[in-house]
Amino acid sequence: MIETFIWLLAYQFTGEVIARSLGWPVPGAVLGMLLLFITLCARRGVPHALRDNIPRLMTHMSLLFIPAGVGILAFWPMLSAHPLSLPILLVVATLSTFIITALVLQLGLWWQKRRRPV
Amino acid sequence: MSVLAWVQNAPLTGLLLTLAAYRAALALSRRYHGHPLANTVLMGAVMVIAVLLLLGMDFQQYMKGAGFIQFLLGPVTVALAIPLYNNLGRLRKSGLPILLAIVIGSAAGVVTAVCAGLLFDMPRTMVLSLAPRSATTPIAMGVADVLGGIPALAATFVIVTGIIGAICAKPLIQLLRIHDDVVLGVATGVAAHGIGTARVFQLSETAGAFAGLAMGLTGLFTAILAPILVHYLL
Repeated sequence: MIETFIWLLAYQFTGEVIARSLGWPVPGAVLGMLLLFITLCARRGVPHALRDNIPRLMTHMSLLFIPAGVGILAFWPMLSAHPLSLPILLVVATLSTFIITALVLQLGLWWQKRRRPV
Repeated sequence: MSVLAWVQNAPLTGLLLTLAAYRAALALSRRYHGHPLANTVLMGAVMVIAVLLLLGMDFQQYMKGAGFIQFLLGPVTVALAIPLYNNLGRLRKSGLPILLAIVIGSAAGVVTAVCAGLLFDMPRTMVLSLAPRSATTPIAMGVADVLGGIPALAATFVIVTGIIGAICAKPLIQLLRIHDDVVLGVATGVAAHGIGTARVFQLSETAGAFAGLAMGLTGLFTAILAPILVHYLL
Protein backbone atom coordinates (compact mmCIF):
# COMPACT_ATOMS: atom_id res chain seq x y z
CA MET A 1 0.00 0.00 0.00
CA ILE A 2 2.84 2.42 0.88
CA GLU A 3 4.68 1.52 -2.33
CA THR A 4 1.50 2.01 -4.36
CA PHE A 5 1.16 5.57 -3.10
CA ILE A 6 4.87 6.32 -3.59
CA TRP A 7 4.57 5.27 -7.26
CA LEU A 8 1.45 7.34 -7.88
CA LEU A 9 2.50 10.45 -5.96
CA ALA A 10 5.98 10.40 -7.51
CA TYR A 11 4.52 10.36 -11.04
CA GLN A 12 2.03 13.10 -10.18
CA PHE A 13 4.86 15.15 -8.68
CA THR A 14 7.03 14.68 -11.78
CA GLY A 15 4.07 15.59 -13.99
CA GLU A 16 3.40 18.76 -11.97
CA VAL A 17 7.04 19.84 -12.10
CA ILE A 18 7.30 19.26 -15.88
CA ALA A 19 3.97 20.97 -16.68
CA ARG A 20 4.88 23.98 -14.54
CA SER A 21 8.43 24.38 -15.77
CA LEU A 22 7.33 24.19 -19.42
CA GLY A 23 4.22 26.31 -18.83
CA TRP A 24 1.90 23.69 -20.38
CA PRO A 25 -1.85 24.06 -19.70
CA VAL A 26 -2.10 20.32 -18.79
CA PRO A 27 -2.69 19.26 -15.14
CA GLY A 28 0.30 17.49 -13.61
CA ALA A 29 -1.78 14.39 -12.82
CA VAL A 30 -2.77 13.92 -16.48
CA LEU A 31 0.87 14.27 -17.54
CA GLY A 32 1.79 11.84 -14.73
CA MET A 33 -0.71 9.34 -16.15
CA LEU A 34 0.92 9.56 -19.60
CA LEU A 35 4.41 9.21 -18.05
CA LEU A 36 3.36 6.14 -16.04
CA PHE A 37 1.77 4.65 -19.17
CA ILE A 38 5.03 5.15 -21.11
CA THR A 39 6.96 3.57 -18.19
CA LEU A 40 4.67 0.51 -18.15
CA CYS A 41 5.08 0.11 -21.93
CA ALA A 42 8.88 0.31 -21.57
CA ARG A 43 8.90 -2.16 -18.63
CA ARG A 44 6.49 -4.47 -20.47
CA GLY A 45 4.58 -5.15 -17.26
CA VAL A 46 2.85 -3.73 -14.19
CA PRO A 47 4.83 -3.86 -10.89
CA HIS A 48 3.24 -5.75 -7.99
CA ALA A 49 2.63 -2.60 -5.95
CA LEU A 50 0.39 -1.27 -8.73
CA ARG A 51 -1.22 -4.52 -9.89
CA ASP A 52 -2.88 -5.60 -6.65
CA ASN A 53 -4.26 -2.42 -5.10
CA ILE A 54 -5.35 -0.32 -8.07
CA PRO A 55 -8.48 -2.14 -9.42
CA ARG A 56 -10.27 -1.83 -6.06
CA LEU A 57 -9.30 1.83 -5.86
CA MET A 58 -10.76 2.58 -9.31
CA THR A 59 -14.22 1.21 -8.56
CA HIS A 60 -14.51 3.86 -5.82
CA MET A 61 -13.38 6.78 -7.98
CA SER A 62 -16.87 8.35 -7.63
CA LEU A 63 -16.18 9.07 -3.95
CA LEU A 64 -13.46 11.55 -4.93
CA PHE A 65 -15.89 13.71 -6.94
CA ILE A 66 -18.41 14.22 -4.12
CA PRO A 67 -16.57 17.30 -2.71
CA ALA A 68 -16.60 18.88 -6.20
CA GLY A 69 -20.31 18.05 -6.51
CA VAL A 70 -20.96 19.78 -3.20
CA GLY A 71 -19.12 22.79 -4.69
CA ILE A 72 -22.25 23.52 -6.73
CA LEU A 73 -23.69 24.79 -3.41
CA ALA A 74 -21.11 27.59 -3.35
CA PHE A 75 -22.04 28.78 -6.86
CA TRP A 76 -25.78 28.30 -6.57
CA PRO A 77 -26.61 32.04 -6.89
CA MET A 78 -24.80 32.21 -10.25
CA LEU A 79 -26.50 29.08 -11.55
CA SER A 80 -29.99 30.02 -10.45
CA ALA A 81 -29.79 33.21 -12.56
CA HIS A 82 -30.85 31.06 -15.55
CA PRO A 83 -32.95 28.34 -13.91
CA LEU A 84 -34.40 26.91 -17.12
CA SER A 85 -32.11 27.67 -20.06
CA LEU A 86 -28.86 26.64 -18.34
CA PRO A 87 -29.87 23.06 -17.46
CA ILE A 88 -31.39 22.57 -20.93
CA LEU A 89 -28.23 23.92 -22.56
CA LEU A 90 -25.95 21.67 -20.50
CA VAL A 91 -28.03 18.55 -21.17
CA VAL A 92 -28.28 19.21 -24.93
CA ALA A 93 -24.57 20.08 -25.29
CA THR A 94 -23.39 17.09 -23.23
CA LEU A 95 -25.62 14.55 -24.97
CA SER A 96 -24.72 15.80 -28.45
CA THR A 97 -21.00 15.70 -27.59
CA PHE A 98 -21.40 12.10 -26.43
CA ILE A 99 -23.37 11.06 -29.53
CA ILE A 100 -20.99 12.79 -31.98
CA THR A 101 -17.95 11.15 -30.37
CA ALA A 102 -19.55 7.70 -30.25
CA LEU A 103 -20.70 7.85 -33.90
CA VAL A 104 -17.34 9.15 -35.21
CA LEU A 105 -15.52 6.35 -33.38
CA GLN A 106 -18.00 3.70 -34.53
CA LEU A 107 -17.63 4.93 -38.11
CA GLY A 108 -13.82 4.94 -37.81
CA LEU A 109 -13.74 1.40 -36.41
CA TRP A 110 -16.10 0.19 -39.15
CA TRP A 111 -14.00 1.84 -41.84
CA GLN A 112 -10.79 0.34 -40.39
CA LYS A 113 -12.34 -3.12 -40.24
CA ARG A 114 -13.45 -2.89 -43.87
CA ARG A 115 -9.97 -1.87 -45.05
CA ARG A 116 -8.15 -4.45 -42.92
CA PRO A 117 -10.41 -7.48 -42.47
CA VAL A 118 -9.32 -9.64 -39.53
CA MET B 1 -22.76 25.77 21.66
CA SER B 2 -18.99 25.27 21.61
CA VAL B 3 -19.62 21.67 20.58
CA LEU B 4 -21.54 22.84 17.50
CA ALA B 5 -18.74 25.28 16.69
CA TRP B 6 -16.24 22.43 16.94
CA VAL B 7 -18.38 20.20 14.71
CA GLN B 8 -18.68 22.98 12.12
CA ASN B 9 -14.95 23.65 12.01
CA ALA B 10 -13.36 20.23 12.53
CA PRO B 11 -11.79 18.60 9.43
CA LEU B 12 -13.15 15.33 10.81
CA THR B 13 -16.74 16.42 10.05
CA GLY B 14 -16.26 16.94 6.30
CA LEU B 15 -14.21 13.79 5.99
CA LEU B 16 -16.62 11.53 7.86
CA LEU B 17 -19.65 13.12 6.20
CA THR B 18 -18.26 12.52 2.69
CA LEU B 19 -17.40 8.88 3.40
CA ALA B 20 -20.76 8.20 5.04
CA ALA B 21 -22.69 9.90 2.21
CA TYR B 22 -20.72 7.87 -0.38
CA ARG B 23 -21.40 4.62 1.50
CA ALA B 24 -25.12 5.42 1.67
CA ALA B 25 -25.17 6.41 -2.03
CA LEU B 26 -23.42 3.15 -2.90
CA ALA B 27 -26.01 1.16 -0.94
CA LEU B 28 -28.84 2.99 -2.75
CA SER B 29 -27.15 2.46 -6.12
CA ARG B 30 -26.87 -1.30 -5.41
CA ARG B 31 -30.44 -1.39 -4.15
CA TYR B 32 -31.57 -0.07 -7.55
CA HIS B 33 -29.14 -2.37 -9.41
CA GLY B 34 -26.90 0.48 -10.59
CA HIS B 35 -29.75 2.41 -12.21
CA PRO B 36 -28.19 5.43 -14.01
CA LEU B 37 -30.27 7.93 -12.00
CA ALA B 38 -28.98 6.39 -8.76
CA ASN B 39 -25.65 8.08 -9.54
CA THR B 40 -23.24 7.90 -6.58
CA VAL B 41 -21.70 11.36 -7.12
CA LEU B 42 -25.10 13.06 -7.45
CA MET B 43 -26.75 11.28 -4.50
CA GLY B 44 -23.65 11.61 -2.32
CA ALA B 45 -23.37 15.34 -3.00
CA VAL B 46 -27.09 15.91 -2.36
CA MET B 47 -26.84 14.10 1.01
CA VAL B 48 -23.77 16.11 2.01
CA ILE B 49 -25.45 19.40 1.01
CA ALA B 50 -28.53 18.50 3.11
CA VAL B 51 -26.40 17.82 6.20
CA LEU B 52 -24.32 20.99 5.65
CA LEU B 53 -27.48 23.11 5.51
CA LEU B 54 -28.77 21.35 8.63
CA LEU B 55 -25.55 22.00 10.56
CA GLY B 56 -25.22 25.55 9.23
CA MET B 57 -21.83 24.83 7.62
CA ASP B 58 -20.49 26.64 4.54
CA PHE B 59 -18.39 25.18 1.71
CA GLN B 60 -15.07 26.39 3.17
CA GLN B 61 -15.75 24.67 6.50
CA TYR B 62 -16.74 21.47 4.69
CA MET B 63 -13.60 21.47 2.55
CA LYS B 64 -11.31 21.50 5.63
CA GLY B 65 -11.98 17.77 5.79
CA ALA B 66 -13.28 16.96 2.29
CA GLY B 67 -10.11 18.48 0.83
CA PHE B 68 -8.25 15.30 1.82
CA ILE B 69 -10.59 13.24 -0.33
CA GLN B 70 -10.42 15.66 -3.25
CA PHE B 71 -6.62 15.54 -3.04
CA LEU B 72 -6.71 11.84 -3.94
CA LEU B 73 -8.03 12.73 -7.42
CA GLY B 74 -4.41 13.41 -8.43
CA PRO B 75 -2.89 10.00 -7.64
CA VAL B 76 -6.02 8.20 -8.91
CA THR B 77 -5.76 10.06 -12.23
CA VAL B 78 -2.15 8.83 -12.49
CA ALA B 79 -3.37 5.30 -11.72
CA LEU B 80 -5.60 5.39 -14.85
CA ALA B 81 -2.41 4.46 -16.75
CA ILE B 82 -2.69 0.90 -15.39
CA PRO B 83 -6.09 -0.16 -16.80
CA LEU B 84 -5.07 1.61 -20.01
CA TYR B 85 -1.89 -0.49 -20.17
CA ASN B 86 -3.96 -3.63 -19.58
CA ASN B 87 -5.89 -2.70 -22.76
CA LEU B 88 -2.75 -2.02 -24.79
CA GLY B 89 -3.72 -4.56 -27.47
CA ARG B 90 -7.00 -2.84 -28.27
CA LEU B 91 -5.34 0.59 -28.08
CA ARG B 92 -2.73 -0.46 -30.68
CA LYS B 93 -5.39 -1.89 -32.99
CA SER B 94 -7.86 1.02 -32.83
CA GLY B 95 -5.53 3.89 -31.93
CA LEU B 96 -6.18 6.03 -35.00
CA PRO B 97 -10.02 5.99 -34.95
CA ILE B 98 -9.90 6.62 -31.18
CA LEU B 99 -7.61 9.64 -31.59
CA LEU B 100 -9.78 11.00 -34.42
CA ALA B 101 -12.97 10.59 -32.33
CA ILE B 102 -11.37 12.37 -29.36
CA VAL B 103 -10.22 15.34 -31.49
CA ILE B 104 -13.65 15.73 -33.17
CA GLY B 105 -15.45 15.11 -29.88
CA SER B 106 -13.36 17.77 -28.07
CA ALA B 107 -14.23 20.29 -30.79
CA ALA B 108 -17.90 19.26 -30.62
CA GLY B 109 -17.88 19.81 -26.84
CA VAL B 110 -16.85 23.44 -27.34
CA VAL B 111 -19.02 24.13 -30.42
CA THR B 112 -22.25 22.68 -28.96
CA ALA B 113 -21.93 24.70 -25.73
CA VAL B 114 -21.07 27.99 -27.49
CA CYS B 115 -23.82 27.61 -30.12
CA ALA B 116 -26.43 26.68 -27.49
CA GLY B 117 -25.30 29.64 -25.37
CA LEU B 118 -25.72 32.01 -28.33
CA LEU B 119 -29.10 30.45 -29.15
CA PHE B 120 -30.34 31.06 -25.59
CA ASP B 121 -28.95 34.61 -25.78
CA MET B 122 -26.73 34.20 -22.72
CA PRO B 123 -24.29 36.87 -21.55
CA ARG B 124 -20.86 36.73 -23.21
CA THR B 125 -18.95 35.85 -20.01
CA MET B 126 -21.38 32.97 -19.40
CA VAL B 127 -20.84 31.60 -22.94
CA LEU B 128 -17.05 31.87 -22.54
CA SER B 129 -17.25 30.02 -19.21
CA LEU B 130 -19.35 27.30 -20.87
CA ALA B 131 -16.92 26.71 -23.77
CA PRO B 132 -14.35 24.47 -21.97
CA ARG B 133 -16.94 22.50 -19.92
CA SER B 134 -15.96 19.08 -21.35
CA ALA B 135 -12.40 19.33 -20.00
CA THR B 136 -11.37 18.38 -16.46
CA THR B 137 -11.75 21.12 -13.84
CA PRO B 138 -8.17 22.52 -13.72
CA ILE B 139 -7.94 22.75 -17.52
CA ALA B 140 -11.45 24.23 -17.88
CA MET B 141 -10.66 26.91 -15.29
CA GLY B 142 -7.43 27.84 -17.05
CA VAL B 143 -9.07 27.93 -20.49
CA ALA B 144 -12.04 30.00 -19.23
CA ASP B 145 -9.57 32.49 -17.77
CA VAL B 146 -7.71 32.79 -21.11
CA LEU B 147 -10.98 33.22 -23.03
CA GLY B 148 -12.30 35.92 -20.70
CA GLY B 149 -14.84 33.81 -18.81
CA ILE B 150 -15.15 33.24 -15.05
CA PRO B 151 -13.02 30.27 -13.83
CA ALA B 152 -15.21 29.47 -10.79
CA LEU B 153 -18.32 29.41 -13.00
CA ALA B 154 -16.52 27.19 -15.53
CA ALA B 155 -15.65 24.73 -12.71
CA THR B 156 -19.34 24.47 -11.79
CA PHE B 157 -20.34 23.83 -15.43
CA VAL B 158 -17.69 21.10 -15.59
CA ILE B 159 -19.19 19.31 -12.57
CA VAL B 160 -22.79 19.57 -13.82
CA THR B 161 -21.68 18.38 -17.29
CA GLY B 162 -19.91 15.41 -15.69
CA ILE B 163 -22.98 14.38 -13.68
CA ILE B 164 -25.28 14.67 -16.73
CA GLY B 165 -22.85 12.62 -18.83
CA ALA B 166 -22.42 10.00 -16.11
CA ILE B 167 -26.19 9.56 -15.77
CA CYS B 168 -26.83 9.39 -19.54
CA ALA B 169 -23.82 7.30 -20.68
CA LYS B 170 -25.42 3.84 -20.36
CA PRO B 171 -28.90 4.74 -21.69
CA LEU B 172 -27.35 6.63 -24.64
CA ILE B 173 -25.00 3.83 -25.72
CA GLN B 174 -27.95 1.41 -25.56
CA LEU B 175 -30.07 3.84 -27.59
CA LEU B 176 -27.31 3.97 -30.24
CA ARG B 177 -27.21 0.14 -30.20
CA ILE B 178 -23.43 0.09 -29.77
CA HIS B 179 -22.08 -2.94 -27.88
CA ASP B 180 -18.44 -1.93 -27.56
CA ASP B 181 -16.94 -0.94 -24.20
CA VAL B 182 -14.24 1.03 -26.02
CA VAL B 183 -16.82 3.29 -27.72
CA LEU B 184 -18.72 3.69 -24.42
CA GLY B 185 -15.48 4.62 -22.65
CA VAL B 186 -14.18 7.09 -25.24
CA ALA B 187 -17.54 8.88 -25.66
CA THR B 188 -18.02 9.14 -21.88
CA GLY B 189 -14.48 10.37 -21.28
CA VAL B 190 -14.85 13.05 -23.97
CA ALA B 191 -18.33 14.22 -22.91
CA ALA B 192 -18.12 13.78 -19.12
CA HIS B 193 -14.39 13.74 -18.10
CA GLY B 194 -13.56 12.24 -14.67
CA ILE B 195 -17.09 11.92 -13.30
CA GLY B 196 -18.06 9.97 -16.42
CA THR B 197 -14.88 7.90 -16.10
CA ALA B 198 -15.74 7.06 -12.48
CA ARG B 199 -19.22 5.99 -13.63
CA VAL B 200 -18.11 3.68 -16.45
CA PHE B 201 -15.53 2.06 -14.16
CA GLN B 202 -18.60 0.74 -12.30
CA LEU B 203 -19.72 -0.85 -15.61
CA SER B 204 -16.50 -2.20 -17.13
CA GLU B 205 -12.76 -1.87 -16.60
CA THR B 206 -12.12 -1.58 -20.34
CA ALA B 207 -14.63 1.27 -20.66
CA GLY B 208 -13.01 2.96 -17.64
CA ALA B 209 -9.53 2.61 -19.13
CA PHE B 210 -10.52 4.26 -22.42
CA ALA B 211 -12.59 6.90 -20.63
CA GLY B 212 -9.46 7.81 -18.65
CA LEU B 213 -7.43 8.14 -21.85
CA ALA B 214 -10.18 10.17 -23.55
CA MET B 215 -10.49 12.42 -20.49
CA GLY B 216 -6.76 13.23 -20.52
CA LEU B 217 -6.60 13.91 -24.27
CA THR B 218 -9.87 15.89 -24.31
CA GLY B 219 -8.35 18.21 -21.71
CA LEU B 220 -5.32 18.69 -23.93
CA PHE B 221 -7.30 19.25 -27.17
CA THR B 222 -9.82 21.54 -25.46
CA ALA B 223 -6.97 23.73 -24.24
CA ILE B 224 -5.66 23.96 -27.82
CA LEU B 225 -8.95 24.10 -29.77
CA ALA B 226 -11.24 26.21 -27.55
CA PRO B 227 -9.50 29.58 -28.14
CA ILE B 228 -9.45 28.96 -31.94
CA LEU B 229 -13.09 27.80 -32.14
CA VAL B 230 -14.38 30.60 -29.90
CA HIS B 231 -12.55 33.12 -32.07
CA TYR B 232 -14.49 31.95 -35.14
CA LEU B 233 -17.85 31.44 -33.42
CA LEU B 234 -18.09 34.73 -31.51
